[in-house]
Amino acid sequence: MSAMLLAQQILNGLLDGVYYLLIALGLSLIFSLGGIVNLAHGAFYAIGAYLTLVLSPYLGFGGSFVVAPVVVALMGVVIERTLFRRFYRSDPILSLLMTFGLAMVAEQALRMIFGAPPLSYSIPPWLRGQVAIGSFIYSFYRVVLLGIAITCIAALWLLLQKTSFGRVVRAGVQNPDMVGALGISLQPYMSAVAALGIGLAGLAGVLLAPIYSIHPAMGQEIITPAFVVVVIGGLGSFWGVVAAALLVGLVKGVMVGIGYSAASTAAIYLLMLLVLLFRPRGLFGERITRFE
Amino acid sequence: MSNNNQFTRRSLLKTAGGIALASGISAPAILRAQTADIIKIGHLTPRTGFLGPLGEYAVMAADLAVEEINAAGGIMGRKVELLKEDSVNPQTASTKAERMIERDKVACIIGEISSASCLTIAQVASRTKTLFINTGGNSDALRGKDCQRYMFHVESQNSMYVKTVGRSFLRDGLVKGKKWYSLTADYAFGHDLLKVSKRFMEANGGNFAGDDLVPTDATDFSAYLLKIREAKPDLVVINLAGNQITNFLKQYAEFGLTFPVGGFGFDTALAWAAGKGNFVGTWPVVWHHLLDTPGSKAFVAAFTKKYNKPPENQAWGDYVATKIVAKTINDLKSAESPKIIEHFEKGAKFDILKTREGYFRSSDHQLMHEMYAVTALPADKIKNQWDIFASSPAVPGPSEDLEIIAATKEENSCTFPS
Repeated sequence: MSAMLLAQQILNGLLDGVYYLLIALGLSLIFSLGGIVNLAHGAFYAIGAYLTLVLSPYLGFGGSFVVAPVVVALMGVVIERTLFRRFYRSDPILSLLMTFGLAMVAEQALRMIFGAPPLSYSIPPWLRGQVAIGSFIYSFYRVVLLGIAITCIAALWLLLQKTSFGRVVRAGVQNPDMVGALGISLQPYMSAVAALGIGLAGLAGVLLAPIYSIHPAMGQEIITPAFVVVVIGGLGSFWGVVAAALLVGLVKGVMVGIGYSAASTAAIYLLMLLVLLFRPRGLFGERITRFE
Repeated sequence: MSNNNQFTRRSLLKTAGGIALASGISAPAILRAQTADIIKIGHLTPRTGFLGPLGEYAVMAADLAVEEINAAGGIMGRKVELLKEDSVNPQTASTKAERMIERDKVACIIGEISSASCLTIAQVASRTKTLFINTGGNSDALRGKDCQRYMFHVESQNSMYVKTVGRSFLRDGLVKGKKWYSLTADYAFGHDLLKVSKRFMEANGGNFAGDDLVPTDATDFSAYLLKIREAKPDLVVINLAGNQITNFLKQYAEFGLTFPVGGFGFDTALAWAAGKGNFVGTWPVVWHHLLDTPGSKAFVAAFTKKYNKPPENQAWGDYVATKIVAKTINDLKSAESPKIIEHFEKGAKFDILKTREGYFRSSDHQLMHEMYAVTALPADKIKNQWDIFASSPAVPGPSEDLEIIAATKEENSCTFPS
């Protein structure tokens, strides 16, 4: 294989990782703040994709891109207020069971409303085509997708680091009792974080609907690699999750590139195993007292 | 003492009555099956997971067939009841098959799409001496080293798919001296298909420019597409399954690649999901909704009326299999599996909605029937979301033996375990 192709595969792998990131960041955020392992996160990604399909005839892809994530985020708020809230102080295994059930209900609901066969959706004409970056020819849609994803990730980071909202959330991750003692109610922040995290999953659904098959179980396809990313990256670490997503994308892409495609999925699990063996807290995981 | 004795006898009777009642409750299905005027048929197919979308068509078609059979007077004057279950995976499929046969006393089991689950159901079928008709498992191994006397195949074997579409590739000059790049689903079906397609390619003077196994949970094909673009193959050969085919087609169009595409395994639902402009290439099918025969037209009309969309090829398999079973039992006036099997093995012919009738080849229990190669229409010739391809004439042609597309004894031989 030429060095050129290897370089392309490395670049493509990193781009691939960015899609996981949209899912994984929300997962990590919701877990860090509330201790909820949200297995239903993939279902919201699927709902985002189906909403795109439903809204596009009226709003176009551009309109769905704005509206669908907001609708999914609002669903997130409702779920947080009615379900998540009851599990913040309980054993994580209970919330895990609850979200597992929620994922099944959501998937089956999609199956009942839209049917089991996959539905068709294409890239809108104005986003089709190829771009050449030197001799590297790449899908224009994916370049756009990358731009949107990076913007979202940067905005999320700024929100968490540079605003008073972010300071409360970060304090809540470390020590919710102390935040309470200072007279700040974490409840609205919990709702906001669920809206953000779940909204990001919805956004990923919108962005990937034109290039992936849209079917009721599509959430399951993305949730496992997203969890791997969160585990590798480490809890509570924004950049840990970012690095892990890029690493997972890179490992998968390069495995395919060098001719070991059959082992490309196994490789990311092996990577997770190694991280868990030698650095159980994840690559950049912070020490969070209440999870130790 | 005598009082005591009497009491004991009475309580004995009560206990016996209780046991009888309890066994009645625990096995109500047996009682019903034996006494009532219904006949049960088991239907097992994946309804979730990556084959789930196809399974849904299978279920819709089996329901339609049963509805029509009951409207026409049922089987031997008895009403047909279809027991439907999600087969999930090979282990669950086998457990559910066992329960359907032993508890519910089904006359036979119809269905399945996964070759791996076909194998476990066939083992249960053989042990319990119950007929199993496979409507969706393609692997040649099921008709070869894993063949079973109690398993019949309405679904074509991989060899038939390869030789059907292979004719189109040969005609278009895409084999001899040409480079193929193949992507293969990394499980039983894909491995079997790769073996058969390699045999075809080598026999006709082609070679591989590249050959990748793809994990079944892969959704992103960009890394493969970059390799394909670099390799510049004469033909991209897709041996993938289920949603993977849709994902591949959407992304192939996204990356703007224009090498000819073809595949050896295919389902029209996946082309519909890829949609106009994304669906490209030439692919083999056992049946499609544009077939111009009276039987197919009636089936398409009935299916579309009931479900508001045309049937895809998986629907044909389960519809035809159910009809074959009903006709056979009615003709034989017996629902006993050994008698049905004997009838099939004698070469009984069936209307399968095509121009020629089909029959099960006794050597491997494969249905011998016509197949088709469909080619994607250019976007400007597509009028609606369903009619997005044009079909080849039936393969084999009217003057040819139906068996010429099936695996020969040398390629795949079956010895039924005694």
